[in-house]
Amino acid sequence: MEFYGTEITSRLLLGTAQYPSPAVLAEAAKSSGTEIITVSLRRETADGSGTAFWQELQKTGCRILPNTAGCHSVQEAVTTARMARELFDTPWIKLEVIGHSDTLQPDVFGLVEAARILSSEGFQVFPYTTDDLVVGEKLLEAGCEVLMPWGAPIGSGQGLRNPDALRAMRGHFPGVPLIVDAGIGRPSDAAQAMELGMDAVLLNTAVAKAGDPAGMARAMALAVEAGRAGFAADPMERRDMAVPSTPVLGMAEFA
Amino acid sequence: MKIIVNAKPHEVSASDLQSALRELGFACSSVATALNGTFVARGQRAEVQLAEGDQLEVLAPMQGG
Repeated sequence: MEFYGTEITSRLLLGTAQYPSPAVLAEAAKSSGTEIITVSLRRETADGSGTAFWQELQKTGCRILPNTAGCHSVQEAVTTARMARELFDTPWIKLEVIGHSDTLQPDVFGLVEAARILSSEGFQVFPYTTDDLVVGEKLLEAGCEVLMPWGAPIGSGQGLRNPDALRAMRGHFPGVPLIVDAGIGRPSDAAQAMELGMDAVLLNTAVAKAGDPAGMARAMALAVEAGRAGFAADPMERRDMAVPSTPVLGMAEFA
Repeated sequence: MKIIVNAKPHEVSASDLQSALRELGFACSSVATALNGTFVARGQRAEVQLAEGDQLEVLAPMQGG
């Protein structure tokens, strides 16, 4: 699997927020087998806590996918992306333009506009979007080569609210890497996303807020792998009625 | 002169952004800067002159999802 020409093996991307400690984060990242971790930018404090965190992150050896989390306008998101590119020395940006503070739903109009600006400046944009097909098309036109539809609202852990829409996305964008970003709560949610043909899953809270983050990170990795293998193996069609799996022919008569 | 750094007022004697960052204690930090909403690249900081009331954002890597 490739994101913007970069070969990636692990189909699980992991967020770095809300862990009980940096050590737990490092352990979770390791047991997840992830190659890509997401980070943000926030105001630096006088004690240089951001700098210390950055040194910890570099030890993981993972690729960094900086985000524009919390940005509500195109201008905020674009400026944050430019700052992230310098700070993390990467053209990758997880582009979030948030429309509502309560639902954290993407503002897809601002998203497309920001994606166009950033793509023209050489950024490789990973847009956090809805499962809307037309928005997906507009993002591709804007220069995106990856789409990241939500499964459910950020941090909700509800799983996939609309699996049919994700299936439609898979059918509509056959060659585009699709990453389900947000809403995954349990390993079965991650497996379901992968069974639908998603290329990868990005999650954070489900691991960070689990009782045993490293254990959940491993469970998620296994689920992603199982779901992907299931998709590749072409699952059977569902049937409305029972169909005996044991042959009926040759049954003894006892009456 | 008084400038706003990460939403808090600060008194700085430096006139350019590079020197002001050093004065504010961000000398050896991994930070990115924006002045009045516009990104200022590391290489441009020495040339950017500050003015009274400027709003400076100094951002660093942080946990994120």
